[in-house]
Amino acid sequence: MDKFEVVAGNGLLHRRAFLRGSSAFAAAVTGYALARTATAAPLADAPWSREMGAVMPPVQVPSRFEKQVVRTLSNPNNELRNSHARTPHQMLQGTITPASLHFTINHSGVPDIDPAQHKLVIHGMVRQPVVFTAESLSRYPMVSRMAFVECGGNSAPMFSNEPIQASVQTLHGLVSSSEWTGVPLAVLLDEAGVDPKAKWFIAEGADSLALSRSIPLKKGLDDAMVALYQNGERLMPGNGYPMRLLVPGYEGNMNVKFLRRIKLIDQPAMSYYESRTYSQILPGGKAYRFYFLQEVKSFITHPSFGHALKGPGFYEISGVAYSGNGRIAKVLVSADGGKSWGEAALQEPVLPKAFTRFRMPWRWDGRPVVLQSRAWDEAGGVQPLRAEFVAQRGETKKPPNPLGFPNQHYNSLTSWAVDNKGEIKHVYA
Amino acid sequence: MSTLNPLSALAFALAWSAAVAESPGLGARISEADIAAWDISILPDGTGLPAGSGTAAQGAPIFAAKCAMCHGEAGKGSPAGNVLVGGAPVSSAIEATKTIGNFWGYSTTVFDFIRRAMPFQQPRTLTDSEAYALTAYLLALNKIIGENESMNAKTLPLVKMPNRDGFIIRFPDRI
Repeated sequence: MDKFEVVAGNGLLHRRAFLRGSSAFAAAVTGYALARTATAAPLADAPWSREMGAVMPPVQVPSRFEKQVVRTLSNPNNELRNSHARTPHQMLQGTITPASLHFTINHSGVPDIDPAQHKLVIHGMVRQPVVFTAESLSRYPMVSRMAFVECGGNSAPMFSNEPIQASVQTLHGLVSSSEWTGVPLAVLLDEAGVDPKAKWFIAEGADSLALSRSIPLKKGLDDAMVALYQNGERLMPGNGYPMRLLVPGYEGNMNVKFLRRIKLIDQPAMSYYESRTYSQILPGGKAYRFYFLQEVKSFITHPSFGHALKGPGFYEISGVAYSGNGRIAKVLVSADGGKSWGEAALQEPVLPKAFTRFRMPWRWDGRPVVLQSRAWDEAGGVQPLRAEFVAQRGETKKPPNPLGFPNQHYNSLTSWAVDNKGEIKHVYA
Repeated sequence: MSTLNPLSALAFALAWSAAVAESPGLGARISEADIAAWDISILPDGTGLPAGSGTAAQGAPIFAAKCAMCHGEAGKGSPAGNVLVGGAPVSSAIEATKTIGNFWGYSTTVFDFIRRAMPFQQPRTLTDSEAYALTAYLLALNKIIGENESMNAKTLPLVKMPNRDGFIIRFPDRI
């Protein structure tokens, strides 16, 4: 009966089981189709197929049937504090986050910036300070690249000593991936003329907190960009309009939005966000400083908490993997809580420091399973198992507020337990 | 959704290196004097600290008037604003509350953040001496300096914070 190649426990199938043109598996696919037992109802025209449709709007919005696909807000009344909007990964596919659903964190609201009056100045340890406008930058040779941006505090609820029952959006919604277009920072630094003694630069925004971070100059000269466009359109206000710094693979807060000032310096400024907020306390009381890197990570988005499986049979397991260290090399998936693993298919193109979608064919037999994914990157980085991670980084003494940030830079595994009714819970395994 | 193939990826890489080779030179020259209003970053060695000075006694009424509505009486915190004083040792939990006293590594960060970002609804309205006075008030509440010590460009960088040596550089090769 079972003609698929089973590669791991609880029904994980070979990643190429459904690839077209893969003759080795064609017979197996046919055999599976013949096992289908449901009968479809007769077809008839629906009302919308018999009348002229609605007017086209100048800016498209999703269908009214997709109203549930929204970001969740931590501060919907704009109280005097920071606010977070989380990406609904459990309702998205592919590798590009729509700009309207890109996660946003602002520490003092979203400034309403007139691009005609916005300026970016580069100064400090340079030959000649220079100032740019959005208009002058738009004349520079531009580059486009895919890149994820992830808050250093994304996945913070995973530090909980007990698994918090919440969706991918709540647990991992502070990461998104886009195509960014702008001017390489190295070009602008070169124009100002960098003093060889400069080692760092301050990046500062035009928001009310003048949010600032210190960034090693070597990153600025490597792949940093002053980004003007997000998925082909101008940056969304919440993502930094009219311009932001993009430091691919580095924690989101360093990708300074509303960028208005870059100052070359010879020492880090120890700004509030680098010396307090984005320094992670370790068990024992020491704290990490200058973590910067968003290390290799993956999580299963389909199926996940909030979804329900409708009976035994075929499902595709899929999710996203990414690493600030380069390309994803491999993603393994387990359906038996990590006892056995099968290699997932990686959706091309696999690009450095960007989302890679992984897919794993699966036939569920209706019994309880635990789904996990684990990713490796091309630099040799691998997601630590939870026991290893907790031993090094610790966990909370009691479950925290799911919207809080008990610690940062979690990149261990996420486990989804499917019970025999098809309901999904978050577990540690 | 195949948007990139190896050839176009190569084209991006080529465009990048070509762009780095020279600049169109469209940035306008500006003097440091004309940048001064934005140049508010303070470095840990004190670089950037302005003239002016203040003591804890001078800071107390300013804090009560402009800060306590969020940060609570004497910096004890409220739902609207972070706790600034005291706190359990950071060795007690990975989720320990970070305060100026138990966590911040540099005194200059206190002045920098007060001057650039506070009060939350009216940032950059404090005078430099008010910012020094508030810094002195918070350092004194945390028992890091004495009640009567004056904070200014000379004295502030010399204040050694209790947790100065509590940090590990995560990836030294990235700096």
